[in-house]
Amino acid sequence: MALSGVEIFKLLPKTNCKKCGHPTCLAFAMKLAQRQASLDACPDVSEEAKRKLGEASAPPFRPITMGAGNSVVNMGEETVLFRHEKKFVNPCALAVEVKDTDSEESIKAAVDALRDSELERVGQKLRIDAIFIKEVSGDPAKFSQTVLSISAQAPDMPLIISTTNPAAAEAALEKIPGTRPVLYGANESNAEAMAETAKKHKVILGVYAANLDALSELTEKIKATGVEDMVIDSGARTAGDILRDNTFIRRAAIKKSVKSVGYPVISFAQRDDHMLEALVASLCIAKYSSIVVLSSIEKWKSLALFTLRQNIYTDPQVPMQVEQKIYSIGEAGADAPLMITTNFSLTFFIVSGEVENSKVPARLAVMDSEGLSVLTAWAAGKFTASKIAQFIQESGIEKEISKKELIIPGYVSILSGAIEEKLPGWKVVVGPREANALPAFLKTMN
Amino acid sequence: MALAAPKETYAGRVFEVTIGTSKTAVFGGENVLPFHKFDGDTPHKPVIAFEIQDVAPEDWPDTVKEVYGDAASDPVKWALYCQNNLNAQAIALRLISTHPDRENRSADDAAKTVKAVLDSIEVPLIILGSNNVEKDATVLVAAAEAASSRNCVIGKAQEGNYKTISAAAMAQNHKLIAMSDLDINLSKQLGILITQMGFEKERMIADPMCSALGYGLEYTYSVMERIRLAALTQNDVIMQPPMLADIGMYVWKVKETQASEADLPKWGSLKERGIAWEAVTAGAMLLAGAELLIMRHPDAVRSVQKFIEEF
Repeated sequence: MALSGVEIFKLLPKTNCKKCGHPTCLAFAMKLAQRQASLDACPDVSEEAKRKLGEASAPPFRPITMGAGNSVVNMGEETVLFRHEKKFVNPCALAVEVKDTDSEESIKAAVDALRDSELERVGQKLRIDAIFIKEVSGDPAKFSQTVLSISAQAPDMPLIISTTNPAAAEAALEKIPGTRPVLYGANESNAEAMAETAKKHKVILGVYAANLDALSELTEKIKATGVEDMVIDSGARTAGDILRDNTFIRRAAIKKSVKSVGYPVISFAQRDDHMLEALVASLCIAKYSSIVVLSSIEKWKSLALFTLRQNIYTDPQVPMQVEQKIYSIGEAGADAPLMITTNFSLTFFIVSGEVENSKVPARLAVMDSEGLSVLTAWAAGKFTASKIAQFIQESGIEKEISKKELIIPGYVSILSGAIEEKLPGWKVVVGPREANALPAFLKTMN
Repeated sequence: MALAAPKETYAGRVFEVTIGTSKTAVFGGENVLPFHKFDGDTPHKPVIAFEIQDVAPEDWPDTVKEVYGDAASDPVKWALYCQNNLNAQAIALRLISTHPDRENRSADDAAKTVKAVLDSIEVPLIILGSNNVEKDATVLVAAAEAASSRNCVIGKAQEGNYKTISAAAMAQNHKLIAMSDLDINLSKQLGILITQMGFEKERMIADPMCSALGYGLEYTYSVMERIRLAALTQNDVIMQPPMLADIGMYVWKVKETQASEADLPKWGSLKERGIAWEAVTAGAMLLAGAELLIMRHPDAVRSVQKFIEEF
């Protein structure tokens, strides 16, 4: 459990020496309790205090980074159960499974598909994050060859090496030094050897047990051997079990400071029915997994899962924004109507969706209003006549259109006169208040 | 060390709602977060209603229109197809043609359609207006009368028309959907206004407004989570009606369910993409707290039902 300011104060030297930059030890203790200061700032703190405070101030979920190239995956560090309380920190990584018994062509196809999986949505680059390579052959040489070949084809891609055979793990890890993969496959019967291998190669150890109790015991045992970085699997495979175990893990680590489950969770969503697989993966994304392993990455599935992940991991305090520019919807010719709105992503999506539904080609000028919706932006002085006029002038849109006419949202009809004053030669038309009236409105414009 | 399961118990409970007469559907009744049966009681699974409308679905994208084909040419045929061929647990009839910007059909016409559908099906019926505040106030009153004694769900009552619609639902003994604009406080306020008219809170279904995956889903998700937490942790009775997610109408108009693979090769197969969009939106809404879903594509419904079976 995190310590209160007063509890921390009791462990400090109480000299009020100010060397930490705070006026008193109590003030420093309060900052420590809010995690706004680091204990290192105190030169006189005792070793005992350091140990106690260090344990108490460690994040409930250990921060762990998988991979070493340009595309590492950060995991752990979560502090809440519900996204409205505080932003979920590290988005759940999506990994695709390949087996060492798959043919060379099918592995190559999988790696190519993975490279091709990158998409851009609302300014974010989204892609499959890791490859899960499963040893099925029982042959360490074949397994290590597969791992090496995939690593060569996708050198930046973080890998999860899956085997329960320490000899196969050793053989594979030797081929890919310095890549910081996850070695998934420590269990009750091989824990010691796997822990040794993980330590030797400085990799993250994936720990499996058949239930939460056994898992909690096993991570403690492995930690005692000196392995700090683990990802954990409680054996949950059905949606109900995944929800139960992930919820218990999140609650135990955050509310009860249970360290033995304070690690990122790896979940398995593979199903023969790919639509069901997408739903189980959705559960993993929304409910606390750090890695979810998929059987395949059809583009439609990746797009849906990337989008859900983006939605769930959005900061609830910061509105999503789209880029300021003039968007063409449909084949917008010189005579297509020009509308303006703000850059709150929801506003943009709803307005552009309705314009698309109208099937009337149009231009939508989206102005940077710091992610506020139309009325809020207007009230906050970020969607004013002069700013709108400046944006339209600087956009150079004048040269591309045949009639200088700007449609403004009905909620800011009050701005029409002022915009016309500041944009000489332009006519301002007041559009509907709500986006759902746009199709009917645009049809009358034609 | 063995892990003591950190279970949570709550003071509040979601109201249990039964709809229909000959065949009924029951949802709600849990005293825990969605699917958290490890914490307490989850007596009923969420219910999925198939959406149909009172005119042929010319405005629906091909992926979902093709499934129904000729069956969708007439609301009675369409309802029977959903009930008999797709094993629908409930039907949601949207009286879209009454909208003034569309066919602008009269309340009497709508009432006739409602009656014809009700005379032919056994499963519960949800009767939805066209979401035009003024017109719904007359259409839904007539529809509620036509459906008298069939224990339907009438919706949606909004801030601008809740008085007439609630009164009609009350007089004809129906359940009522109360819809507010994506805000926990607005949802609570509308709940208070409706109960102050004498409408029983136990007969209400809250619709905090759905949104599609990628189009504000996170707002609906968090509003629903907060409503459910208020119902459970604060035992706030106004927050205790089950929640509706009206999924199909939001999902099947976004670009991801319409753009062809030829135009956007990176997005993959249009058919699977559309179905996945509806299924994943539904899955997220269920996890946030929805107990009643309205959906369009049978494959998406089937996948979501399989998903529900896994809990």
